[in-house]
Parts: sequence; C-alpha cells; structure tokens
Amino acid sequence: MTGQENVGDVVLEARDIVKTYGGTRALRGVNFQVRRGTVTTLFGENGAGKSTLMKILSGVEQPTSGQIILDGAPVTFASTSEARDRGVSIIHQELSLAPNLSVRDNIFMGREITGPFGIDYAEEDRQTRALLDELQLPIEPDTLVADLRVGQQQIIEIARALSVNSRILIMDEPTSALAAAEVEVLFGIIRDLLSRGVAIVYISHHLEEALEVTDYAVVLRDGSMTAAGQRADIDLEWIVRNMVGDHFDLGSPPTGYDFGDTVLSIRDLTVVDRENPERAIVNRLDLDVRAGEIVCIYGLMGAGRTELLEAIAGKEPIAGGDVLVDGVSIAGWSIAQRIENGVGLVPEDRQRDGLVQTFDVGTNLTLASLGGSLSRGMISNRIEKKRARGLIQDVTVKTPGPEQAIGALSGGNQQKVVIGKIIATEPKVMLLDEPSRGIDIGAKGEVFRLLAERARKGLAVVYSTSEVGECFSIAHRILVMRRGRISAVFGPDATKDQIMAASGESAAA
Amino acid sequence: MTTTTTTAIIQRRKTFSLAKLLLEGRAFLALLLIVVVFSLLSPNYLTLGNVLIMASHVAIYALLGMGMLMVILNGGIDLSVGSTLGFSAIIAGFLLQGVPINVFGVVLYPSVPVVVLLSCAVGALIGLVNGILVSRFNVAPFVATLGMLYVVRGLALLMTNGLTINDLAGDAELGNTGFEWLGFNRLLGIPVGVLIMIAVAIVLGFVLGRTRFGRWLYASGGNERAAELSGVPVKSVKVWVYVISGVCASIAGLILASTLTSASPTAGNTYELTAIAAVVIGGAALSGGRGNVRGTLLGAFVIGFLSDGLVIVGVSAYWQMVFMGAVIVVAVLLNTLQYGRRRKAPASSTPSRPDSASTTTDQNSAAPTVAAH
Repeated sequence: MTGQENVGDVVLEARDIVKTYGGTRALRGVNFQVRRGTVTTLFGENGAGKSTLMKILSGVEQPTSGQIILDGAPVTFASTSEARDRGVSIIHQELSLAPNLSVRDNIFMGREITGPFGIDYAEEDRQTRALLDELQLPIEPDTLVADLRVGQQQIIEIARALSVNSRILIMDEPTSALAAAEVEVLFGIIRDLLSRGVAIVYISHHLEEALEVTDYAVVLRDGSMTAAGQRADIDLEWIVRNMVGDHFDLGSPPTGYDFGDTVLSIRDLTVVDRENPERAIVNRLDLDVRAGEIVCIYGLMGAGRTELLEAIAGKEPIAGGDVLVDGVSIAGWSIAQRIENGVGLVPEDRQRDGLVQTFDVGTNLTLASLGGSLSRGMISNRIEKKRARGLIQDVTVKTPGPEQAIGALSGGNQQKVVIGKIIATEPKVMLLDEPSRGIDIGAKGEVFRLLAERARKGLAVVYSTSEVGECFSIAHRILVMRRGRISAVFGPDATKDQIMAASGESAAA
Repeated sequence: MTTTTTTAIIQRRKTFSLAKLLLEGRAFLALLLIVVVFSLLSPNYLTLGNVLIMASHVAIYALLGMGMLMVILNGGIDLSVGSTLGFSAIIAGFLLQGVPINVFGVVLYPSVPVVVLLSCAVGALIGLVNGILVSRFNVAPFVATLGMLYVVRGLALLMTNGLTINDLAGDAELGNTGFEWLGFNRLLGIPVGVLIMIAVAIVLGFVLGRTRFGRWLYASGGNERAAELSGVPVKSVKVWVYVISGVCASIAGLILASTLTSASPTAGNTYELTAIAAVVIGGAALSGGRGNVRGTLLGAFVIGFLSDGLVIVGVSAYWQMVFMGAVIVVAVLLNTLQYGRRRKAPASSTPSRPDSASTTTDQNSAAPTVAAH
C-alpha cells in the first residue's frame, strides 16, 4: 500500500458541497480531498449521501451550492463525458458494458478510432491488448463481454477508464459481485494504479474489505461529513462509530429457551448446474434445523448457498435427495405448496426476486398470503390494509403507510418488506439469502433482531452470508459451505480465521 | 426567508399535483376534447342516436381491448384477437347454416345460445393454444400470437373459401333464430352490444380488483420472478389471460357479425392493433403490471368517438389514419412521462431500480403498433 511519503498533491477537492432535492437535503456542506496515488474511501449508511456525492464528482448531477476544485481550479461538469474528458471516470456498481459487443468495442465505445476505411480495428485491438496486458487480464480483444465473468467485466470497465487517461477513478461498490479471489485481483490492480499516480475514490459496504485498500477515510452521516482520517489512525470500530453514531450492535444469538423438534431435514440433497448437469452445485448435503434455531451458512460466491436455499424453497429443481418439513417430503411440491406448508425464502436480490416494483408497500407485504385477506372469496381492502399495517409494525418498516410506493423506501426497509411478506405466511422455516446485502448497518441490526425475536417464538431460521462478521451476530450454529458441501460446522464461539479457512478463503485476506 | 421557501414548495406541489391530475386523467380529457370539438363541428355528433351508434362501435374495440388489457398486464401481447374475432363469427355462421352429420345423414341446427357458447369456446381454445405456447414452451408472446394470427385467419378463409356468410337469420322452424338480437336489439334503449361491453367490464374490473387472480396478474406482470417466489402460479395465470382475451375476441366477433348480419372471414383485420391502441391510450404500460379496465374503456371510447367523428365531419380516410397514429404516439409519450416520473422521486438513497429498463421497453414495444397504423 502507498506509504505516507508517496502521498501526492491534492488533485480533486470538494468544497462545501450542498445538494437538495425538492425539500430534502441530501448533502449539507461536504468537504474532502482526493490525493494523487491514494485511495479515499467514502463510508456511510444507505442514504448518508455517498451516492449523491459521487454523482456530483462524476458529473451526473450538479451541486446546489459549493465547488469542485480540479487541480487547483474550480470546475463544473455538465455531464459524465465532460468529467471523463477532464480525467474523472466513474465505475458504477451496475456495470455499463454492452454484453453483446466485444471487449475492444466496449473499450472504444463512443470514441472509435477511424481510418480511411471506417473503424481501424487493428489499431483498436493493439491498444486493447496493451491495456489488458497492463491489467494482467489474458483475454483476446474480440472476446464477447457476455462470456466474461463479472470480475473480468469489472476489469474491462477499468481498462475503459484508463484508455481515456483517467487520473481520478471513482469506484462504486466494485466488489459487491466478486468472489474473494477476484477481489484480490482487483485490489492488486488498484495498487498498481496508485503506483502510477491515479487517485481512487472508493465506496463499499464491505467495511473490512474496504479498509484493506483505504488510505484516507471519509465518513458521511445524514449528508454531513462526520469524520475523516488517515488509515494509520483509524480502525473498523472508528468507522462504524462515526457511521451510525453511538449505538451499534448487530445482536447476539437469542438464548434462554429450548429448541423444539426438527422442522427442516435435508437428506442427500443434490442440485446440478442447469447448463452443465454433470456439475453438482449442491453435493449430497445433509442438514437438520430445529424449531427456534438460527443457522448461518457462510461461504464464498459459487459455494452453492443460493442454490441450496432455492432448492429448499422450490425455485431450483432437485436432482437428488429429499427435503422434509415436519417429516413430510416436500421435494416435488410447487413453491405455493411449500409456502402453504411453512417454507418461505427471502431471496438474495430483492429488486429482481423479492419485490413487485409496481405494487405499493401494502400489496407487496400481503402478496404471498392473499388467502388471509379474503372475505367471502374476495379480497377485502379493509382486511388487507389492516393486515398490511400490522405487518409494517411487526417488521418495523419505516413508511407513512401501506400506500407508499415500494421504490420510495430505503434498501433496508425494502428488505424488511420482503421479510414481512414471508412472515405473513406464518412460516415454520424461514430461509434468507444474504439478508444484509446492500443495506446499512442500522437496518442490518434491525433485521437480525427481527429474526432473533421470531426464533424465540419457534421459527427455524437459515440465513446465508458472505460477511464473516455476520456469522456471529445471531447464529446458534455456523455452517461453512464449500463446493456444494458443508465443510465445517461451528458454534457461535468460532473465530473468523477458523471460518474463513474452512471456506477456502485465505485467513490473511 | 423560510416562509418564502415554504410557500414556494407548497406552490410547486400544487402545480405538480395539477399536472399529475391532468396526466392521470388524460384519456378522459382527450375524450372530452373530442366530444366538444366534434359537437362544434357537426350538430349531428352529440345526438342520442349518434352516441348510441358510436357506442356500439366502441363496444367492439372495448371488448377486444379489455381482453388485450389482461394480456398486456401480464407483460405479453396478443396479436391474434383480430383473427379470432373473424374466425368465431365464421364458426357462428357455419353452425347457423346447419352442421351435416354424414354418418347419420342428418343436418344439425344448434340453437343460438349453443352457437354463441361454441363460438366462445373456439375463442377460448385459440387463447389456450397461445397461452400454452407462451407459458409452457416459452415462445415470445409477440411471435406465438403472430403465428396464430395467420393460422386462425387462414382457417377462417379455408372454411368459407374466402366467401362471406350472408344468412345468419336462421329459420323459425329449425328453432335457431334470434342471432340478430346481439347486434340489433336494444334493452332500455341501449344496444345489446354496449350492455355486453358494460357487463364484461364489470366482471373483469371485479376480477382485477377484488380477486386473487387479479392480484396475481398484476404481480406477475410487475415482477414475475418475485411473484413466483411468493407462491403465485405464474404459468397458469399466463395461460388464463390468453384464454380470456380469446373469449373477449369471440364475443366481439359475434356482436360484429350480428350487427352486420353477415360473417366475413376477413372481419377484424388489424383490429388487434386498435385494441392495443385502446389499452395504451388507457394508460396501461406495455411492460406489464400497470393499467386498468376503466382506462381501457376510455381508450376505446377515444378511438371510436374520434374515428366516427372524423367520418361525420367528412375527413378523408387517409387523414383519419394520420390522426389515429398521432393520438397513439402522444398517448405513449404521456405514458412514458407518467411512469418515468416515479424514478426520479426518491432522493438519493434508493439503489438502482429496474424501472429504467421498463420505460425503454414501453417505447420499444409501442413502436410496431404505431408503424403498423
């Protein structure tokens, strides 16, 4: 990592940046500096203003007041392309590549090199190869982007930014879709970029991970900057304290009650890759979960966690083995029948699989349990509203009422709606796939408290996570999944190193 | 200082809500505008007689449109409704001519209610084929129903050798008279076709608003994956919407044949596009999940009242097409405005939403409609 002596000049500075949308103030006077050859990381919960600040720095939006100073002179970026021309590039969380085009075409999209015979592919190929060499990505320029893994696509985005000589690179949640090994590759590239004098603005929810590359930390809360410091002076606890204020507790496993009978039994369960049926994603897995027990499944991406949970819920076909709920096999049942019998899944991607965006909060909450809203066979608005209000209270969704548009809620509250939807079906077993993904730490704590509270009342909970820290929060039992099998089982007293080692992750990471 | 800001905000909210009202009531306002303009241009336009005649034209569009609405709410499209309309009219004509059963050497003359039921069953069957193609075999709705458009039209032409069946009156001795009741008779002064439209609208409105099926339909149109994980039987919902659309088209075909006292194998040609237009003008999103029966009814009225008005004031048929096309384009533009607006509402915190994609789809999928008109 770049040491103190290498820290360069200030290349980009935000001065008193204020941004208001209608009546809401998203940013209230933020000041910070980006230095050459360093990583400045923005920390903050959802809604703290990170995204807004980033949009302003990259020219997507203009500040209501305040200044951006580039190389000592105030600038205004009317658009992202203007910002890019001045050397400021942004890599969004959702990659903006055209999957149907080749790597070369993506890198030169919008600024193709033309010769007398149209586009000069040979020259573009040459430059692409040079860029890919620098980034140590051994692929051909005419490879389709669709054929690349997400981690590789990310590198193509970086290559595109480098191809326009970006000196300041803004990275928004660059690791959210990456496997641990790919994260390492990315961090290697970041270090390489730093040594070449590029300045990086980094944003991530994975605090531990972000700390690895951070040189300067800037913490935002409610649109204001609450703290800033150099890597040497800060630690995880400092960041969290400044992000959420004083209260920070993800909770601990609920105790003081006995588990009930075994509710969920998985025997020899096998799920295969749809594209390649030879490959078992979940490989002859056995698992028993008792009423009131909370089980955490930790594993890397691709370890088979999602497929395991989806197979239990009925989304993914079972290739072999059996799933039993209260001793009855549900292997051949439809999703609806499984929900009816007490098995509900909170999916990993709540936008894609969890919420109906055209519905309001109330109708999203009752969608999986419409039977409870019926009066003489018809949906009763009165009963439905009443149920929705009850659920909003139960799962503590912050919303003015059931009529609120679902898109107006923050990520954490949207997640609570998805959880509430399953709770409304009165499940015996609740499966949650990465329930804390993309939600802020405050909401995480609330979600975990909610699960603990339900477990006390006899709900069996199985949740998966890719953040080691979350394993200890509420789980009675920690399972580590690796290549479709359970590679280790721990109690809540396990250490991070033990868990990460069992997952195949290097403990040093 | 603070007070000025507050009033400014209140004022902005007021103008915003007025704009919102105009936007949401646009189909109704368009209809009002059409009525006012044409009554000024022609004294005959707003007479009870003419309004009822126009309403019976509207009934055909509205019936097709409401069936189409079901499919569009699901995120699909049904291009076969025009052909289904023609085919079910031919089936009715065929049955009224008598069905010779060669084995027994007799000719069977089913009564009118039986004819009507059988014709509707044929429409349901066509819808079933569409639905199974789309939901079980994952054929794109556009392609599956385009295929059925040709197949069904071809069958209608085959059955009649391309000729029109002119005698639908039946014979009192054979007990199959009364087919003209659908298109000609009036109850309480209102054409039966219009009453049927109202009845279908009430039934479908109820289905959408108060039944589980309706909720399932909106949910699977809004986000099929999420609906499926919530236990919604998305595949059977999909089959059913095409069946409903087929039945609606059959009913429209029967009314049209009865009104014209003839069943033409080419009846209803390009009506699928009119139906889509009615749904779009009524504010439904072609990406699915948004829209309602009231809007589609208004859309059908806008189309019917506009085209009849243009005829009454003597605008050439070519100009009529231009006007129609313009109305549809404007309707889609306004839809984009309405559904596009929501994206910008939340300040900053909300992570990326798939809405942006759906807005683009709106425009894209609307394009063929416009071009075909």
